[in-house]
Amino acid sequence: MLRLCLLRPRAILFRAYATSPSPHALLFIEHQGGEVESASLSALTAAGQLGGKVTGLVVGGPGEVEGVVEKARKLKGLSKVLHSTSKLYTPPLPETVSPLLQSLLSQGSPYTHVVSSHSATAKSLIPRVAGKLDIQPVSDVTSVQHDASDNSTTYTRLIYAGNAVATVKAPADMPLKFFTVRATAFTAASPQNEGGEAEVEAIDPITPESSPTTHVSTSLAKSDRPDLGVASRVVSGGRALKNAETFKATLDPLADVLGAAVGASRAAVDAGYADNSLQVGQTGKVVAPELYVALGISGAIQHLAGMKDSKLIVAVNKDADAPIFQVADVGLVGDLFEVVPELVEKLKK
Amino acid sequence: MYPSTVRLLNILVPIKRCVDYAVKIRVNPQQTGIDLNVKHSMNPFDEIAVEEAVRIRERMKEKVSSIKVVTIGPPKSAETLRTALAMGADSAIHVELPESAPSPEPLGVAKALQAVIAREKEKGGVDLVIMGKQAIDDDAGQTGQILAGLLDWPQATFASKVDVDEANGVVNVAGEIDGGSQVLKCKLPLVVTTDLRLNEPRYASLPNIMKAKKKPIEKLSPADLRVDLTPRLETLKITEPPKRVGGGKARCVSNVDELIAKLKDAGLVTS
Repeated sequence: MLRLCLLRPRAILFRAYATSPSPHALLFIEHQGGEVESASLSALTAAGQLGGKVTGLVVGGPGEVEGVVEKARKLKGLSKVLHSTSKLYTPPLPETVSPLLQSLLSQGSPYTHVVSSHSATAKSLIPRVAGKLDIQPVSDVTSVQHDASDNSTTYTRLIYAGNAVATVKAPADMPLKFFTVRATAFTAASPQNEGGEAEVEAIDPITPESSPTTHVSTSLAKSDRPDLGVASRVVSGGRALKNAETFKATLDPLADVLGAAVGASRAAVDAGYADNSLQVGQTGKVVAPELYVALGISGAIQHLAGMKDSKLIVAVNKDADAPIFQVADVGLVGDLFEVVPELVEKLKK
Repeated sequence: MYPSTVRLLNILVPIKRCVDYAVKIRVNPQQTGIDLNVKHSMNPFDEIAVEEAVRIRERMKEKVSSIKVVTIGPPKSAETLRTALAMGADSAIHVELPESAPSPEPLGVAKALQAVIAREKEKGGVDLVIMGKQAIDDDAGQTGQILAGLLDWPQATFASKVDVDEANGVVNVAGEIDGGSQVLKCKLPLVVTTDLRLNEPRYASLPNIMKAKKKPIEKLSPADLRVDLTPRLETLKITEPPKRVGGGKARCVSNVDELIAKLKDAGLVTS
């Protein structure tokens, strides 16, 4: 079994040397509640920048896929939508989805690139598939440029918590190039205005006979607020919020009046003030909203990594020496428990 | 008769020596990398992985027969192995690279780990790999998943809770996903990658640091493992990120009205 896996990539390597195909990206499209995830729309934009065709792949359970495919085929830049349905694809676990991807990418595959957003699902799936095909993937890219003349692709990505930018090149002799896309670095693709709908093709699911992994349960933190990753405004709180009650009582009114999503620093999440899914930073979500309001956040390197590309950063902190003031466009040294209610009051008027 | 369910668990914890998380890094003028003459320590996610392995043993006692740590890196990475041994690992493997060798990529590391796991077969094998979800230097977050793919093992990424049910050969893992969490039941052998939420790593006590000096570290070379760690991707340059325009004390306002005025200027609030 293992030996088979080792043999297969070599076959791909050989084939790709013989021809130099124009770029053709396979985009892994994620969806939630019947809608294409916004981060996948950004990944589509990145895939389009390769300068060739883009084929989308939608996988999911019965009843989920059709609606998503209908929406996906109208996306600008997608020439084809493949879809595959299996009850094992809800949720899309790496162990069950990777055989399908491997098969799509193996037998006489037209694809030169595999693209997805840098979401939790893709972070788990893409490296697994790439590894099986003996390819080094590139994660969380902020720019992509394909050189059609020599079939190399150059990316930029952030390293050291966003404190350095690496420019890396996937060389011509890498037959298939895998990368995941930092959604905040690319504008989301939009639906086509008229006509030109993408071709749709159903493909049979390929799932392992018995999966070594079973999905037991999923619990999502429910919120009526905009999704943190794509919100145009974010109000974020840190350790200074004291406890979960004051965190909510202080941030919610401001988030409401601004129409913002709520975020948190690691300190606030660790202390249990906010759910982990709200963490902004190197190891949490990376956001780049129009407005980022940091309340009682000191501005550790790891937090800045997740928000310093925001257009306007507002910081409120008691400590005038807090590093957050080094990146803030508007800083107010003061007690957030006085400042925030006053701000909410005045914004309501 | 039922087949014997007594199976001993061997845990492998891959760790990496990284620039300390608190260091403000500097890009070198040649744009080839960063200034590495700074404090290094164990990748924080790997500390969590070591801690989890030790806690699993504390819970399961003698059912865990070994905790082995492994690192792939320059000679100085041995310090990182000692730290892990002081935290409670039993033994270590150091796949030593020359000081000047380029830092291996996740694919190379995963292949080396696969080879280490193959070597361990005679010594009881490896049932559970626990490793960090990402290294804080290259921020790739790929090695665990690639390793699971190469081995054809299940994977449980971004784990916030690991519950080993050794009698049934399964592990229940709660993992962080976008917008919440999910619980998976995975068969052993398994690769787990750790999220920050999993645990709070312990500090090694002085007696344990002393004891760790006597624990064995096996030295191997990439050649011993027959793996090629040459990077597949070409790093063209490393640069400073664009500086934020503005920022700094000058941008401070003295009251809420001025703050609101700034928001109005930026067109973020109306009226």
